[in-house]
Amino acid sequence: MTAPITITLNGERRELAPATTALDLVADLTGKELGPDGSPTDGSRLGLAVAIDGTVVRRGQWSESVFADGHTVDVVTAVQGG
Amino acid sequence: MSWTIDEATLDSRLIMGTGGASSLSILEDSLRASATELTTVAIRRYDAEARDSVFALLDRLGIRILPNTAGCYTARDAILTAHLAREALDTNWVKLEVIADEDTLLPDPIELFRAAEELVLDGFTVFAYTNDDPALAKRLEDAGVAAVMPAGAPIGSGLGILNPHNIATIVSRAQVPIILDAGVGTASDAALAMELGCTAVLLASAVTRAHDAEAMARSMALAVEAGHLARHAGRIPKRPLALASSTFDGMLEPVPAGDYARESDPAPDVARAREVPRAHEVGQ
Repeated sequence: MTAPITITLNGERRELAPATTALDLVADLTGKELGPDGSPTDGSRLGLAVAIDGTVVRRGQWSESVFADGHTVDVVTAVQGG
Repeated sequence: MSWTIDEATLDSRLIMGTGGASSLSILEDSLRASATELTTVAIRRYDAEARDSVFALLDRLGIRILPNTAGCYTARDAILTAHLAREALDTNWVKLEVIADEDTLLPDPIELFRAAEELVLDGFTVFAYTNDDPALAKRLEDAGVAAVMPAGAPIGSGLGILNPHNIATIVSRAQVPIILDAGVGTASDAALAMELGCTAVLLASAVTRAHDAEAMARSMALAVEAGHLARHAGRIPKRPLALASSTFDGMLEPVPAGDYARESDPAPDVARAREVPRAHEVGQ
């Protein structure tokens, strides 16, 4: 068993299993089942975006984006404003 | 009444913000009453507990989303926020907002311009929130933004349009839509913006923080429409003195002056009036 990795998720430390992908993380946060293209299998829209170390990861790339120890990850959405 | 931006046609000239509403149900009622077709949202860290479903609400109401970069102080932060918004919300449209300080929330012109240039190159349709500065407005237009959005007054201040002359100057020189953004307090402010020639008005606090948000939303929709109609109806020129709207032809002969004689009255009447004590003489 490989040791877990630690990332900073939305400003807080978080331990993840090794080889966790952005797709795994978003599915876990939202509680939705996601297809390989990052879209919910129930046909709804997520309205989320992911950035790793200040760079946006396109939804289609989530399944191939594996987190590494020390990554800073932001998951954002639309809120009331403006 | 419709207008076009980035090949999209919008029937409503009222763009709403979603900030400041005390609940999503009040926001929903307000958005419906406003008849808006374009509404701003902010981009923030996802909170699984919060379940803020403004995204779902706008989706359900069929209102197009205009993400903003509110809260960003630098071009770099605004550009990252715009890219996150594009990815999260599937839109190239962004309301670019780069503020200088939290007391005024006024745009930082230097960072704003840098961000606008880069986002245009990145293929965004940029709605640039800016100061009411005609020179900067022109530079933003030249940089390729889709719309210039001058502030009428600081965000949330409700002070109205502090420099109508500048807004009119910006409008007169623009080839892109000018959208009045920020400062609107009540319906007459929105109407004035349209009378000055703005293509649309963007407001949030004036509605969401009003005592009766739904009623204020309806009033803003009417004000924007009224102002737009007035702008294109060809208003009368302002004149220093009155211009009678009723003809003087066919007037009766004037009756002699009564107790309140004027110097211009004919002499006999003046003499008679002088026999009556004037107000300041009474009691002396």
